[in-house]
Amino acid sequence: MKKFLEANTYFWQGNGACAEAALAAGCRFFAGYPITPANEIAEYLSKRLPQVGGIAIQMEDELASIGAVVGASWTGNKAMTATSGPGFDLMQETIGWAFMTETPCVIVDVQRAGPSTGQATKCGQGDVMQSRWGTHGDYSAIALSPNSVQEMFELTIKAFNLAEKYRTPVVLLADEVIAHMRERIILPSQESIEIINRRKPKPNEKAFFGLEEVPPMPSVGEGFNAAVTGSTHNEYGIRFTADPTVHKQLVERLNSKIQNHAEEIADMETYNTDDCQIGIVSFGCTSRAIYEAVENAEAKGIKTGYIRLKTIWPFPEKAIKQLAETAKKIIVPEMNLRQIFYEVQRVASRFTEVVPLNKIGGGELITPEELFRKIQESVKNG
Amino acid sequence: MGEPFSIRKYLRPIPLPFCPGCGGLTVMSEFLRAIHESGHENLSKFVFCSGIGCSSWIPSPHFIADSVHTLHGRSIPVATGIKLLRPDLNVVVFGGDGDIVGIGLSHFIHAARRNIDILVIMVNNMIYGMTGGQVAPTTPFKTKTTTTPYGSFEHPLDAARLAVTAGASYVARWTTAHPNELKKSMKSAIEMKGFRFIEAVSQCPTAFGRRVGFKDAREMLKWFKENAVQIEQAKKLSEEDLAEKIVVGEFVQKQRPTLVETIYNVIGEAQKNIEKS
Repeated sequence: MKKFLEANTYFWQGNGACAEAALAAGCRFFAGYPITPANEIAEYLSKRLPQVGGIAIQMEDELASIGAVVGASWTGNKAMTATSGPGFDLMQETIGWAFMTETPCVIVDVQRAGPSTGQATKCGQGDVMQSRWGTHGDYSAIALSPNSVQEMFELTIKAFNLAEKYRTPVVLLADEVIAHMRERIILPSQESIEIINRRKPKPNEKAFFGLEEVPPMPSVGEGFNAAVTGSTHNEYGIRFTADPTVHKQLVERLNSKIQNHAEEIADMETYNTDDCQIGIVSFGCTSRAIYEAVENAEAKGIKTGYIRLKTIWPFPEKAIKQLAETAKKIIVPEMNLRQIFYEVQRVASRFTEVVPLNKIGGGELITPEELFRKIQESVKNG
Repeated sequence: MGEPFSIRKYLRPIPLPFCPGCGGLTVMSEFLRAIHESGHENLSKFVFCSGIGCSSWIPSPHFIADSVHTLHGRSIPVATGIKLLRPDLNVVVFGGDGDIVGIGLSHFIHAARRNIDILVIMVNNMIYGMTGGQVAPTTPFKTKTTTTPYGSFEHPLDAARLAVTAGASYVARWTTAHPNELKKSMKSAIEMKGFRFIEAVSQCPTAFGRRVGFKDAREMLKWFKENAVQIEQAKKLSEEDLAEKIVVGEFVQKQRPTLVETIYNVIGEAQKNIEKS
């Protein structure tokens, strides 16, 4: 057996695809704590990581897991953790620390129905805002939303690439349905996968926290004498906890280094967005209903288009605005009580009406039939 | 012997943040003396992790070294992640009592259980000093603090004994009134593998001493000296006799498989098996 699986067609579970993708992306450290419905990622990596010379360790809680991941990243290795809502809650403070210290890492949040312990084995999409605003203070987040086993693979690799490129934590915002379902996946060859690695400093460089939009990142033990801190610091990592200018410069750069590249980061699947009567904005498991619903609507002569978000954060405002300028109404189906809806409304309400379609409880998906009915209703109500 | 000891060699030329009379400075200088006497001319083979609290500022950013200043209580997991991927580096954690055995207690116990190869130096000032003198898990019974104005109604934790129970390879406790012994323990610990824990009972004249009636740091050091009991002697005394005392000395020094050893064994086996299949 080789280190990496051969390019071929497989029948896999979403969580397994995510774990194998982590290896392909170059991840060599995983730390996690048991939680449904993310466990398969930890189990898979506990077997596979040592085979490629990496480390998988179960820590005493989620705080320790994300702490070890951030520590591992400062050794120059790619590192990841996987969890679900309650564990994602516990990680938030350290995720904030990773934002502030500009540490690349990947956090997989396999969403289940919250709040609190909620319905541990049932699907939900209630962590959308948490993946954007989970930790305190001002920062800009990147979150990706897969809707198939194939995308669990592809977007995990993308998550590592974005983390390395922008020196930031990236959330893979999966959900129970996508993580646990099994379907066909076409695995590319290792050589054909684009891998991005963080930029390293030149021997005499000293500014690891400023001067450039995304500064170079040293590793510990390389002689750079890096001073890393989550407190406000200047470009050399020295604490300035009372200086308004240093704080403003740092926090604004942490935001702009993501926001200035929002369009470049934005990734989505679109259909008929420039010529539709009804538009749909969807993501994750819910978006699997749009294909059949659109087909049915078109059979009835309703011109329907959609945007399926693969990147939720930064929010792809430009694409949503274009859809809003075309569609008479935009429907936003999601398994929560209006989290992406308000984002779409924020961008689109000047141009068009935005209609929510929400379903929570018992992990039941929004069906194509329900979405089709909403499309018909929206046309009728005019 | 090489050059004479100069503390400046290891420190960035920026002002230190400690109050006059702070015991943290003794811990800092004894540690750097131990580094010097162990033959390290610089700190290039070390990584320092610390959390939040006055003593976390001992290494960060003052040591000319890689220093990772983490969150309150989380220095040990971060140090664990670093050590596992860079087993060649000496990973040293500095933290206060609140950081290590208050908010971060679970990590402390599990790190000792795993026997992860890091050295944890806990500066125990028996108070939350940075935030203004609130009661800590190490504050002596009946002590008046800003959040126990009638005296603490809780009993303090014995971190050194806990570390022994949890499986640490090396445990020692001294006070800042025992700088030489502290330095010797640091030297021993630097050269060992596994989880090593040194507790330095330290004076905080600003947020502790001042409020409980000590005139200055010197009075507090006198109190440490008078109340310190060597561990061999303590074995002969009853719990009641030891209630107000500080037991000092080396609590344990032993060899058992460390996490770095066991985890890299697993990696070796897994890679051998995959090559065979």
